[in-house]
Amino acid sequence: MTISVVGSDASLQPLSGVSSEVWQHHHMLDLDEFSRGDIENVFKTSNIMRQILDRDVKRVPTLRGKTIANLFYEPSTRTRASFELAAKTLGAGVLGLDVVRTSVVKGESLVNTLRTLEALGVDVIVIRHPQSGVPYIAVQEVSCSIINAGDGCHAHPSQALLDLYTIWRHIGKLDGLKVVIIGDIKHSRVARSNMWGMSKMGMKVTLSAPSTLLLRDIDQFISQSGMSHVDVVSNLDNAVEGADVVMPLRLQLERQEEGLLPSLREFTLRYQLDGRRLSLANRNVIVLHPGPIHEDIEIASEVAHGSQSLIEQQVTNGVAVRMALLYLITRTKRGDQT
Amino acid sequence: MADKILLSAEEMSRALARIAHEIVEKNKGTEGIILVGMHTRGVPLAKRLALMVKGFENVSVTVGTLDIGLYRDDISSGELKLAIRETKIPIDITGKKIILVDDVLYTGRSIRAAMDALVDLGRPEFIQLAVLVDRGHRELPIRADYVGKNIPTSRTEDIKVDIVEIDGKDEVSIIKSGKAR
Repeated sequence: MTISVVGSDASLQPLSGVSSEVWQHHHMLDLDEFSRGDIENVFKTSNIMRQILDRDVKRVPTLRGKTIANLFYEPSTRTRASFELAAKTLGAGVLGLDVVRTSVVKGESLVNTLRTLEALGVDVIVIRHPQSGVPYIAVQEVSCSIINAGDGCHAHPSQALLDLYTIWRHIGKLDGLKVVIIGDIKHSRVARSNMWGMSKMGMKVTLSAPSTLLLRDIDQFISQSGMSHVDVVSNLDNAVEGADVVMPLRLQLERQEEGLLPSLREFTLRYQLDGRRLSLANRNVIVLHPGPIHEDIEIASEVAHGSQSLIEQQVTNGVAVRMALLYLITRTKRGDQT
Repeated sequence: MADKILLSAEEMSRALARIAHEIVEKNKGTEGIILVGMHTRGVPLAKRLALMVKGFENVSVTVGTLDIGLYRDDISSGELKLAIRETKIPIDITGKKIILVDDVLYTGRSIRAAMDALVDLGRPEFIQLAVLVDRGHRELPIRADYVGKNIPTSRTEDIKVDIVEIDGKDEVSIIKSGKAR
């Protein structure tokens, strides 16, 4: 048994300017409030967590006595399972709240549910909600740590962190890489959190989508947020050229308002990531997808399961990144938090 | 507040050389031995012990590193130690003779954590403990198999170990810190 990090890590460049003793976040709402150093701290901690996942005894007692509640107001398979596995691997207790089975059906309000969890002694609440901004309300109401596991179309920071970590782990750096995010950007909290994270890490982000699936005020959003390296190229062939990373997004049919797409077929023709388009990118291009995949809609099967796809690694890395987040967030004392 | 030097560079070197000899003597050779240095200062100490064994036995002993950050029992109290370093032992420890190496043995709680971490990695034949300094005040039933120097201390004193590889010099000194640690 070798418990070193996988081979490719040996060649990773040392992270610059990291003081890993410094961590001030008691919550994680979105990546806009994380610094570059914070993100690098998550990477370094995730490397250690990956080692635990790779060994026979996949359990450490670090969070023994802590309780993590998964409060999901929206369907989720992988994010929820990932947080649950992360918490259990660190020795924490996990309270899974499937909202259809809780008092919400009896009319209990969100705030009362949060307060009940706090009174039950929960240390961290991982929350997913169809309404943007709900985690920001939660931090006002309870003293537990709040982790945003997806709020409406707003943010999904743990997914963005695992995307960044997967790229960093595979390529060895992030600075200067070109990434293309394709498709349903309008509804994608993953895209938004990634734009924050990727910009902070010095990546060049190109968005490629039909204009109806972009954010309405995309140019304003980019300029106001200070994301210096984000641009929009609507023709996918042109966008993909020279890319180091391509990330098609799931077409969120459940959030499609009438008339955003003339037809699924037209979207597929113009925006599906297939083998031909992938060949326009850099030779060593990697493919990520936040899942779940709609095969042969936003991504061709051959690409999703091809040699350049890191989609499965994203899932494994996701557990490590969430372990790192739970570890770091539970380290901060209440009071000296942000 | 003045530092009092307890071990000079030469004395430290002699103490380590003696420990290296004792390890080989007690285990009747080097077969199956892994020297596991505990972060931070145990790591260079383990490497030095391996070099010394190589010097007089001409055998390369396996060296590993161990971080106990995830196994500590003081995580939710007192100082917040964030950084976790890499645990790296190049071979399976099952059936091997583990010599844990640390700079100072004090309450024994770090050693307890280290043993927990090790048994999660495999089932060693046994675990022995080598420390540069034993300063007493044990809070757990733990003792060292190899000790560089026994230094009786009070709890208000602090033992400072400097190692060339980390601190730029080899020296063990005692500091009156004024507060119990």
